[in-house]
Amino acid sequence: MSRKIYMILSVLLIAAFAISACGTPASEEPVAPPAEEAAATEAPTEQPAVEKVTITWWHISTADEHKALWQKLADEYMAANPNVNIEITVLENEAFKTKLTTVMQSGEPPDIFQSWGGGVMNEYANAGLLKDITADLDANGGEWRNTFAPGALGVYSYKGQNYGVPWDMGMIGFWYNKDLFAQAGIEAPPTTWTEFIEDVQKLKAAGITPIALGEGDKWPGMHMWAYLVTRLGGKPNFEAALLRTGSFTDEPFVKAGEMIQELVALEPFQDGFLGATYGDEATAMGNGKAAMELMGQWAPAVQKDNSEDKQGIGDALGWFPFPAVEGGAGDPNDAVGGGNGFAIGKNASPEAIDFVKFLTSAESQARLAEINVAIPVVKGGEAGMSDPLMIQLQEQLAKAQYFQLYYDQALPPAMGSVINDSTQALFAGTMTPEQAAQAIEDSALQELK
Amino acid sequence: MFPPISNLFKLTRGTGTPRRFQDTLVIFLFLLPAIILFLLFVIYPILQSIYYSLFDWKGFGPAVDFVGLDNFMNILKDKVFMIALRNGLLIIGLSLFAQLPLSLALAILVGRDLPGRVIFRTIFFLPYVLSEVIAALMWLFILNPDPERGFVNAVIELLGGESQAWLGNTDLVMLAIFAALTWKYFGYHMLLFMTGLQNIPTEIEEAGRIDGANAIQNFLYITLPLLGSTIRTSVYLSVLGSIQQFILVWIMTKGGPVNASETMATYMYRFGFVRFQLGYGSAVAIYMFILCLIFSLIYQRLTRQPDYLTGL
Repeated sequence: MSRKIYMILSVLLIAAFAISACGTPASEEPVAPPAEEAAATEAPTEQPAVEKVTITWWHISTADEHKALWQKLADEYMAANPNVNIEITVLENEAFKTKLTTVMQSGEPPDIFQSWGGGVMNEYANAGLLKDITADLDANGGEWRNTFAPGALGVYSYKGQNYGVPWDMGMIGFWYNKDLFAQAGIEAPPTTWTEFIEDVQKLKAAGITPIALGEGDKWPGMHMWAYLVTRLGGKPNFEAALLRTGSFTDEPFVKAGEMIQELVALEPFQDGFLGATYGDEATAMGNGKAAMELMGQWAPAVQKDNSEDKQGIGDALGWFPFPAVEGGAGDPNDAVGGGNGFAIGKNASPEAIDFVKFLTSAESQARLAEINVAIPVVKGGEAGMSDPLMIQLQEQLAKAQYFQLYYDQALPPAMGSVINDSTQALFAGTMTPEQAAQAIEDSALQELK
Repeated sequence: MFPPISNLFKLTRGTGTPRRFQDTLVIFLFLLPAIILFLLFVIYPILQSIYYSLFDWKGFGPAVDFVGLDNFMNILKDKVFMIALRNGLLIIGLSLFAQLPLSLALAILVGRDLPGRVIFRTIFFLPYVLSEVIAALMWLFILNPDPERGFVNAVIELLGGESQAWLGNTDLVMLAIFAALTWKYFGYHMLLFMTGLQNIPTEIEEAGRIDGANAIQNFLYITLPLLGSTIRTSVYLSVLGSIQQFILVWIMTKGGPVNASETMATYMYRFGFVRFQLGYGSAVAIYMFILCLIFSLIYQRLTRQPDYLTGL
């Protein structure tokens, strides 16, 4: 009896091995790169031979409305182009970064995926993992290229070549709860750092948590440091450090650290902010538990999504730009920000690029703007904007002479990571401003050769 | 596990009859798929890591920037790696001296003829069945610093204490993580101990009782020694698991705040996959491998003892 069972088991095992042995080599066969160069130049006039094309698309727009709109756009495109099948993968921000890194290291990027441009995208481009779409942008006398705001498109170019396109460009600023400000007796949002500190103290005195911060994720606090550096040093300071004529230990970088630690000493953040995530931060804002957060243009949508009633704080939400810093070399209108875009993977088919064109058409842009999840970067897209806060933000952005892409995106990934780690240490008080600046400079010495 | 390989050579030695050869061939063929998989998925990646650890490599394209043992030297100079090492030892220590005794005590309790023991056994084992990711997320909710949202802080406030930012405090974070780890794994060790206990013939304990041994003496001189092999297995798994701990820590704290809960595995991941320094990350992996290997060798030697205790 038992011998029979063993027999069956052995046979099964052998069969399993045989199957797996047959399966493995098949998947290792190199995927033939699609021949698309020729097709891109001359547009076929007659009905092309219908061949099934699958486009893989990874995005991180997890908020309900936004996710639904992306799905709708894909459905519409598929309906109009029956030969195209679009496979959408929706990932949460952090999970996306992790998963993308893995597929990148195996050299198989998705056709279309979320990108913030800058340093990380440059690394991918350097490694030949992205598709150069310069020719597509310039086709027909730059028909596609000319629809974009040049500054926004520039974030997705590297050494003069384009590897992606933006669909949103915004800036970081303070989102605040008007009701809580009123409760603390603050009449108008602060315009200078001194006023800002005073308001923090007033809120604190009124028993309100002044600032929500998810410093466990590191980048939320990093933006505060980056903004202080921008206000203190302006464009010349950062560029000098970047081009290695200056250093990340220059005075504005250290001074910004000191100002962070002065702020931390006031205990303006919610309890446990060092271990909190950005989701916790948005929850605190969305539920009216904190008076402000320093965050980008996506903040209202995330606040809503994370609040208990899915409504956020509604009309009580206001926005003001990062305050001017007295004596700083930077212009108070300088903006730190960035936006979202799509990078094009090296295996993308012409259909994938055509689909991205569709996604960034003025009409699609207007529809994105209508649900307040993006600030259009394509002319005509702003027609969809109705939210006064977003319009305010867009107008402020238009005033900026110097636009600084988020530090952790503009710089090489290793440096971005060191900056995030070092600023977290500033918030925790485990590094002095000098030590943090030195750690960043050490990384720059290695990465910015 | 491949001990049969040595038998294979024994079989071929000396005798050369066709019958013996046939046996050997059969054994070899049966082992072949496993050997191929082992070489491909265990040995080859290890060799690859060793190779990459000698380069300054970002993970894309071929590794060209040869740096010799620089990565290995820099790791030892890094304070954060030392924190990771210390945290590893801390988890090992707490596992051995808190988690395993607890598991053993519970195993003895639910192994007895107590009412409801099956229910308790199931409840205790339940956390182990959950995926580590789910467990980590649950503990994130449980430890939420806001007493209105976090269970632990709610209880503390109810009892008149002061709520704590468990995961946001560099002094408390390891304690919080260890609590989650214990919750996740004590059931597994309890199950191991229960199996061990069942293998101890009741006659021996009865004989002890008849000879006048009290419960404590019975436990110390009969149960514990006879559980030897189970305890050794438990300790072994516990230590290796502690050295490699990643998922729970990464999800709960990402090694933070400010590296306070870094483990060697999160440290390795940070460099390999967040900072794109795969050469450096590989070197960390090699250190972990060496640590596990040294521990395994020493442990096996130390615990090799007369088998009259384990032969039951």
